[in-house]
Amino acid sequence: MKVIVNVFLKEGVLDPQGKAAHHALTSLGFEGVNDVRIGKQIVLDIDASDKAEAEAKVKEMSETLLANTVIEDYSIEIA
Amino acid sequence: MKVAVLRFPGTNCEFDTQYAFEKLGHETELVWHEETTIPQGVDLIVVPGGFSYGDYLRSGSIARFAPVMKAVKEYADNGGKVLGICNGFQILTEAGLLPGALKRNNNLHFISKHQKLCVVNNDNAFLNKCENGEVLNIPIAHADGNYYIDDESLAKMEENGQVLLRYSDAEGNRVVVNGSVTSIAGVCNETKNVFGLMPHPERALETILGSEDGIKMLQGFEA
Repeated sequence: MKVIVNVFLKEGVLDPQGKAAHHALTSLGFEGVNDVRIGKQIVLDIDASDKAEAEAKVKEMSETLLANTVIEDYSIEIA
Repeated sequence: MKVAVLRFPGTNCEFDTQYAFEKLGHETELVWHEETTIPQGVDLIVVPGGFSYGDYLRSGSIARFAPVMKAVKEYADNGGKVLGICNGFQILTEAGLLPGALKRNNNLHFISKHQKLCVVNNDNAFLNKCENGEVLNIPIAHADGNYYIDDESLAKMEENGQVLLRYSDAEGNRVVVNGSVTSIAGVCNETKNVFGLMPHPERALETILGSEDGIKMLQGFEA
């Protein structure tokens, strides 16, 4: 089963990469960009009998390794 | 004193660290990441700088799960002293042995230069040879040295004397180097036996290299 984990720095934690990209977009003349956040997308192919099992497994993986919950939030999408 | 220096794939400051402690007259031993125990009679474990596991995913995130880290945690839980330098600091925060986390420098640059640091609290094994307010000159070399902790936890750390070093100018005034919360460069845990800093004291032992201020830091552990 294909599972996608999106990891972003928490709201309120400054995202230096996002800020740099925002600045670059503005410099290039793109108007109306209010904010840019850059994160990571981690795509897993896992064995699971159903979506609930997949989600539970990936939640544990995310909390353990894939995200650092001190500074990052994550969300799980099951394809 | 006997010092164990850990070594992960990608560690590159293990020999500098070994040299530093041997120069100060101590016995050292390199400990490979697959070891499950710490050698007998070790007085200090150092998690040195480098790029453990290539810094893949996040700095220190994979090293945290190396077999040796379980032994390090037990050692620290029993009151043993642990020092994390640069990538070692990142590993110790990822392992939960130190509070907070290190993220990408605000300016996204890899910063490599000599940097002034102000001693915030010397009431601990690491900085007891220094004065509070003393300014040290220690090199930094990192891309992910931007220390983050939430305001509430920071207030507790300040109260408990866990903020040890801040980036400063020559007069000791805080300066922004990498975006760290309140310019923090080094911290310790609540029980003051686990220490972490981004600067490299092991690279500041010879005047010819620009500073010998690192000696004072590393000598602190002798007492």
